[in-house]
Amino acid sequence: MTVIRVDKDVDNLSLTVVAEFAAPIERVWQLWADPRQLERWWGPPSYPATVERHELAPGGEVTYFMTGPDGGRSHGWWRITSAEPPWSLQFVDGFADHDGVPQEGQPTTAIRVELTEHEGITQMEMRSTFASLEHMEQVVEMGAVEVFQLAVGQADAVLAG
Amino acid sequence: MVVDQVGVDGTGVAGAPVHDTGLGELDDEGVDVLFHALADTTRRDIVRRCVRGELSVSRLAHAYPMSFAAVQKHVTVLERAGLVTKQRRGREQLVRTEPDAVRRARRALDQLETAWRERVDRMSELLAPAPAASPRRPMRGRDR
Repeated sequence: MTVIRVDKDVDNLSLTVVAEFAAPIERVWQLWADPRQLERWWGPPSYPATVERHELAPGGEVTYFMTGPDGGRSHGWWRITSAEPPWSLQFVDGFADHDGVPQEGQPTTAIRVELTEHEGITQMEMRSTFASLEHMEQVVEMGAVEVFQLAVGQADAVLAG
Repeated sequence: MVVDQVGVDGTGVAGAPVHDTGLGELDDEGVDVLFHALADTTRRDIVRRCVRGELSVSRLAHAYPMSFAAVQKHVTVLERAGLVTKQRRGREQLVRTEPDAVRRARRALDQLETAWRERVDRMSELLAPAPAASPRRPMRGRDR
């Protein structure tokens, strides 16, 4: 139930996170395959995700938007390049306009997910490869706010305890 | 976007001492970031050698037991990552390290790591057996 390895590759602009879960592989796969579960973890509490279209098959698309504290929405999309339930998933993640239409010419992130199960423990490797340094910072831009807010929320919980 | 592998990883100059790196021009943090971040031996070496921006691709190529094309490919990977830039001087292309870019990339990756760690936390909560009707949060920690 924890992150067991992180690999940050600056010259290839990629990030690999490996986590272990005490659950069968089919159950862990549902985190991606069930849109209602996906939207409970993809966005942080301050930017919850709402998944609209969801087709996890090669050539298929997932569309979603994230709603900020001020009610503003940022739209995103995935284009599925490969899906082999419950073992692997590869897709391209990009920004969309207000109507959810992919923004042409915008940089994208390639994401590869691989799952293996051993004695009831499922290991999941998630690798993100970014198009450029600027793009990476752009992705962080949205994430940085939420990271900060979450940290504040946790501090509040500790103080209240 | 998948970045292609150069395919010459770890060959040649692995572990060879590098003289006159010009590292004095970088602060400690910069040096630390560079060494920690760059996984490929040859590319790390190129970044160290090009701090002063005085070496051309062909001069660089003489430093490694590999083809000019292979070295050029390494430089292209570094350039695409924003870690070095190329400047034309006469007929030469001079390679210069961009320490700020290394720092920025490192920082961005740190923040993305945090974001993914939080995603994993939320996944774990979803996978946990249905909790009793108690407001207690699961124990955190063991994250590092």
